[in-house]
Amino acid sequence: MPTQTIYTLIKQLFTEKATNPFPVKYTPDNMHDAAELIEEGKLEINPPVEVPEDFRGKLTYDKESCIGCKLCVRVCPSEALVFKEDEGKVKHYVSRCTFCGQCVNICPQSCFEFTQEFLIAGPDKEAEDLVINP
Amino acid sequence: MNEEKEDSTYEVPIGPIHPALKEPFLIKFKLDGEEVVGADPHPGMNHRGIEFMGMHRNPMKVIPLSERICGICSIVHQHMYTTAAEHAVGIEPTNRARYIRAIMCELERIHSHVLWAGVAAHEIGFDTHLHFTWKIREEVMDLLEYITGNRVNYSMWTIGGVRRDITEDMHPKIFETLEYYEDLYEKLEEIFLNDPSIKMRTKDIGILTEEDALSLCGVGPTVRASGVKKDVRIDQPYSAYGDLDMDYVVPSRYGYEDKGDVFSKTLVRLKEVLQSISIIKQCVEKMPEGEITSEDNKAGLLNKLKNMGGEGIGRIEAPRGEAIHYVRLKEGEEDIDVWKVRASTYNNLATYGPMFMGEQIADIPIIAASIDPCIGCMDRAEITDVNTGETRTYSEEELHELSVQKTEELVDGGIE
Repeated sequence: MPTQTIYTLIKQLFTEKATNPFPVKYTPDNMHDAAELIEEGKLEINPPVEVPEDFRGKLTYDKESCIGCKLCVRVCPSEALVFKEDEGKVKHYVSRCTFCGQCVNICPQSCFEFTQEFLIAGPDKEAEDLVINP
Repeated sequence: MNEEKEDSTYEVPIGPIHPALKEPFLIKFKLDGEEVVGADPHPGMNHRGIEFMGMHRNPMKVIPLSERICGICSIVHQHMYTTAAEHAVGIEPTNRARYIRAIMCELERIHSHVLWAGVAAHEIGFDTHLHFTWKIREEVMDLLEYITGNRVNYSMWTIGGVRRDITEDMHPKIFETLEYYEDLYEKLEEIFLNDPSIKMRTKDIGILTEEDALSLCGVGPTVRASGVKKDVRIDQPYSAYGDLDMDYVVPSRYGYEDKGDVFSKTLVRLKEVLQSISIIKQCVEKMPEGEITSEDNKAGLLNKLKNMGGEGIGRIEAPRGEAIHYVRLKEGEEDIDVWKVRASTYNNLATYGPMFMGEQIADIPIIAASIDPCIGCMDRAEITDVNTGETRTYSEEELHELSVQKTEELVDGGIE
């Protein structure tokens, strides 16, 4: 009996895949080898899906205009912002950040800004690009 | 134990870990052969102490924490928490914020119900539909990301309003998504309500009578499927719902019987997707001009929350039913004094009792999923035959297999 279910099943077989294959089109057996191949230029990276304009990506911190009012530290839910007493500025741990953006809203000097960058995962939490103003 | 020996019933603890149903949960089933003669839910397997964490933070820090109570209802929990906090210190959100809040809540309802339809289809062995519904769900998730900037855990709310505006140039994208769902809706209904094999697995299964629904205090689509007219959006309107034209979604409104079986619950959830589309359209049309938050000075708000005491509640209709947050603030203290959350699944758990009665083991997955539980179960089920003392274990795959087998048998036996 031809039902909508059977029709959907057959149609699904021939429709384009909804998933964007990232980082490479065909999944390799070994990601480390694939990374090496990409470095050598033998494998092409399939770009990730584009993010919207107002995306909440990695934060930027304008150290110069920071006045050290500690308001961002008071509203940060994950303690990603730590106040440095000696310097009077804040240290931002990107790995702890939940991208809620309460610091962006509360900062009187607008020191923080969202970027479109989201490929920031790494094995080392203390890596150079994962701690802002170390 | 002796009594059970005479009855030849045996107990099946199902849970507490199961990857398919999001969170850990345990139900102890009493079985007589294939038939379920008793179901005893045991919550508390997933206690994360999130309320305790909240009580060691200031009210602003709790907003992002509150949305992490649930991955699907994150808007709902933010909304309830901020409403409770606003109630406690006497802050009123702006009118524009009320409309934006309603739009966001309805977008989340579409997302939650479409996701549920996929889970339900998976439980009875229709994985094609799982992939189909989860594919179409991506559209609303993209829209949510477009509006808020985050795909899940949107961080959209603040005390006194919302943090991002829905401007006029966002309207085309919103209408585009709504049209996408309107076009697909007929197909969804054809699949979930008219397909003969799905109908056989959902009709007359897991029945919750109107009487039981009322006496067990069930909430949301679970009891609306039984014909109980209960919806906080209409009974006690919050945000913009008081200004909108909407009615209770019960099966009898669409010419079906208010039976309270899995079929009725599917029907109510699908019809609510249509209702949400209409609500969003009304909201976009009627949205007043003005500020999106009444507390623009965030530093001042922090001090206000610290210096003012009070208690408040936030009560709203989540996709799964009514849920409540309670907040108490103490004068002169930075941290929240008391924070209590009661989610809708807590009420609906009690309805498991009458729903499982007299059903087969193979129907357990779909009935358990029918209340759209926010707690996982059935990773491992151990069946002990008390007569022989023999123990055997049903894994989640085996239970799923049993469920799929039943569908196949029914289809092979001829479609009505």
